[in-house]
Amino acid sequence: METVWYCLIAGMIAIYVLLDGFDLGAGIIHLFVARSDAERRQVLASIGPVWDGNEVWLLAAGGTLYFAFPALYASGFSGFYLPLMIVLWLLILRGISIEFRNHIEGPAWAPLWDVLFCFSSLLLAVFYGAALGNVVRGVPLDASGYFFEPLWTNFRLGPETGILDWYTILIGLAAFLALTQHGALWVGLKTAGPVQERSLRLARGTWWGVAASTVVITWVTIHVQPQVYSNLSGHPWGYVFPALALAGLLAMRWFLRGQDAAQNDRKAFLASCAYLLGMLTSVVFGLYPYVLPASSNPAYGLTAQNAKAADYGLRIGLVWWTIGMVLAGGYFVFLYRHFAGKVKVGAEHEGY
Amino acid sequence: MASPGRTVRFLHRQDVGPAEAWYRPVAGVSPAARATAGQASRCPYEKGAPLDDALAIHRLHFAFTVTFHYLFPQLTMGLALLLVILKTLALRTGEEHYNPAARFWARIFGISFVLGVVTGIPMEFQFGTNWAAFSRAAGGVIGQTLAMEGVFSFFLESSFLGLFLFGEKRLGPKGHWFAGLMVFLGSWLSGYLIVATDAWMQHPVGYTLGPKGEILLASFWGLLLNRWALWQYAHTMNGAVITACFVMAGVGAFYLLSNRHEAYGRTFVRLAVVVGVVAAILQLFPFGEAQGRMVAHYQPTTLAAMEGLFETQQGAPIAILGQPDIQKKRLDNPLVVPRMLSFLTYRRWRAKVQGLDNFPPENWPDMIPLLYYSYHMMLGLGTIFIAVMLVAAWLLWQGRLYTSRGTLWVLMLCLPLPFIANTAGWITAEVGRQPWVIYGLLRTRDGISPQVSAGNAWFTLIGFMGMYTVLSILFLFLVYREIERGPEPATAAPAAGGTRG
Ligand code: HDD
Ligand code: HEM
Ligand code: HEM
Repeated sequence: METVWYCLIAGMIAIYVLLDGFDLGAGIIHLFVARSDAERRQVLASIGPVWDGNEVWLLAAGGTLYFAFPALYASGFSGFYLPLMIVLWLLILRGISIEFRNHIEGPAWAPLWDVLFCFSSLLLAVFYGAALGNVVRGVPLDASGYFFEPLWTNFRLGPETGILDWYTILIGLAAFLALTQHGALWVGLKTAGPVQERSLRLARGTWWGVAASTVVITWVTIHVQPQVYSNLSGHPWGYVFPALALAGLLAMRWFLRGQDAAQNDRKAFLASCAYLLGMLTSVVFGLYPYVLPASSNPAYGLTAQNAKAADYGLRIGLVWWTIGMVLAGGYFVFLYRHFAGKVKVGAEHEGY
Repeated sequence: MASPGRTVRFLHRQDVGPAEAWYRPVAGVSPAARATAGQASRCPYEKGAPLDDALAIHRLHFAFTVTFHYLFPQLTMGLALLLVILKTLALRTGEEHYNPAARFWARIFGISFVLGVVTGIPMEFQFGTNWAAFSRAAGGVIGQTLAMEGVFSFFLESSFLGLFLFGEKRLGPKGHWFAGLMVFLGSWLSGYLIVATDAWMQHPVGYTLGPKGEILLASFWGLLLNRWALWQYAHTMNGAVITACFVMAGVGAFYLLSNRHEAYGRTFVRLAVVVGVVAAILQLFPFGEAQGRMVAHYQPTTLAAMEGLFETQQGAPIAILGQPDIQKKRLDNPLVVPRMLSFLTYRRWRAKVQGLDNFPPENWPDMIPLLYYSYHMMLGLGTIFIAVMLVAAWLLWQGRLYTSRGTLWVLMLCLPLPFIANTAGWITAEVGRQPWVIYGLLRTRDGISPQVSAGNAWFTLIGFMGMYTVLSILFLFLVYREIERGPEPATAAPAAGGTRG
């Protein structure tokens, strides 16, 4: 039962990364790919109706984690106290800057919101990556099952790690590159004309960064967290996950080549999804059964078994969770269909 | 796999003390329970200045963020109902007039919704960040309702809100009405699930205690259909409707008084007063009265503290005014209605009501004056709302309301009061539950994150305070501008283009 929930929650987080990833990415690049106010609105319009729904995946995943693995929620959230609070502030900033940009007009306001939006999206991408890095590296859990990490100590691995050390910063940068790429491909998919051109050009450039960082973090991770390698060698079928990432990475390059890029915008975006999915599932597979490894003594690590809630609750949960997800899937398909297609410059506005 | 021989650990004893110490049966149930309760109690303020104490800061942190959050959902949940009514009127009567009216309120709804979302996300995180021991103990139970809120209502709301705000033309009148209905259902469902979560903390049901004292879910339907939750929901949602009615009436009165958008002003005042008079009365009876009896029944200490009843009495009076003095254990300057409390709680004039003297002090709520005042403020405001709405409804019936400048002024000035009443109500509920975070099961001081220091909690509390100050200013500014602009903006094309074309 706990393995089922382990996979389901991992799946929800993956969906969150794929969906909110592109609007974070769009936030990162919009200052660079859009030159005029109209173009900027075009980029924002590509994520406007969906960003809130995308963010709900984070909440739903968090809530599900809470009831399925309460001990993990308790240690993890209190241990990552400071970075989580910073993430919250960034989410607030980001939410208001995208929504209020168009409520408060005037030449003085828009640039402020735009810069805030870019800044918060960028830092969020880095912090998410660093958070993932912390989970992979392990945290200083002790026998009480709790820990507390300061934001940084000496930036080295070891018993006294902070949230930021060279490893987690590296993962943060990799996440930043990957989400920039993802966002650029989304904007490329949703727009036409100069904005699309610039986005795809940007995506082509960042691809090299993504490729390089993939190689580096894969190599480093295998050394930092031995569990990853032992899981892979113990269950070689698990190589499908890294293979998916690699295939996505190469396909992205292929679809971005030359003059056809604009025709292949959808395929390139899907390739980026495959890449992100492959990377995340590799981590999830590599860590199992740990949900939060201990850097000090492996025996203190939290696993799917020792962090789970009572079986009764997990079984009941499966029933309503399934119903809820089917419904949510329905809304998302409807919503994305409704707003499908490219957004135009100066499109007609409804509502607001 | 976990290393062999390791046991499943839900609770780590050293964090919460020995199981016997943190699990205590409900106060007042058995003398034995009362005897053990005293031992482990230590004053949270022993160690130094109260605000150096991690417990105090975690509480302040949560109280500040949740109180701020709730300012917005109460408006959106209430407005969602009024919006559905407006859209239904538009559909039924075929009068175009109702559509700009609905659009106007949808814009205000949208602004409040954004604030509700960005301040709601921190709430969910804080259970883990600031209340880790509580989450570890009870996450398997309350996590259910919280996760259901995310899975069922937030998806529903956020998806259909996008359609409601940006899809009026494409959806057509019926489709747009439907999107509005879905937003309404989503937000009211969300309200239920969060209230059920809180209700379980007020009156835990449907659980068993595991061998090590951990709290395990035993009955899903017991949790969802908690009696406390049903009444609390009715009272809370009706409170939200009152807020929306006063806001709508206030804006309508403002338009009428300043001779602008008068047709809309009349619609707003009429709708708000018709719904508002019903809601204001229902809030007292049956909802408020039922809430009070739930408290009397299941949380007798809370009742005694919020009524300022220090001594057990036969035929207990209800205090209208007075200042509780904890040291001298009495109410100063009391103005009371004799025997009323006995009657209200037990329907008998001479019934015995337990006073605080009947309970060990370590089970008393720890901020009795705050509790007492917030309860009395809620009651007082509730009474004022009924009076104001009755007068307005009477004038409306007589056809004189739109020209009665005095009453319109009162309606306009009442606009902020329901926010205060709702906040006071929550403070009553939450402070009244003290010193327990889960009534009778887990003490608040045993629920905090053991490793998050007061210093770190201060840091983030200050951060939220700064952030929320900015949010408040933005919110007021934006709503004020919408009101200035009115339901039918003078300029044809709304300059504020959507981010969504
Ligand atoms: C417009 C808002 C509003 C108004 C006018 C009232 N209430 Fe209220 N009250 C609430 C809004 C509210 C609330 C915000 O919805 C609370 C907070 C938590 C809850 O369950 O509901 C609440 C809580 C609450 C509680 C506390 C429950 C507890 O301790 O857990 C009681 C006993 C009452 N109410 C009773 C009343 C009575 C007798 C009223 C008579 C006029 C009244 N309320 C008016
Ligand atoms: C939105 C309305 C709410 C308001 C205004 C509110 C207000 C408060 C206040 C003032 C406190 C501090 C009490 C004290 O320190 O004595 C508090 C504490 C708390 N409340 Fe609420 N609350 C609300 C809803 C909820 C809900 C729905 C839940 C549960 C899901 C909840 C859970 C808690 C917890 C865990 C604490 C911390 C422990 C404590 O100090 O009691 N609250 N709340
Ligand atoms: C500790 C308590 C609370 C938590 C953890 C919490 C959590 C949240 C979260 C995460 C959101 C954002 C949802 C989104 O992204 O769409 C939200 C919004 C909302 N919350 Fe809360 N909330 C709390 C208290 C309350 C209470 C007491 C109520 C009502 C009774 C309430 C009603 C709503 C509603 C209706 C929304 C939708 C957004 C809006 O209308 O502003 N919440 N809440």
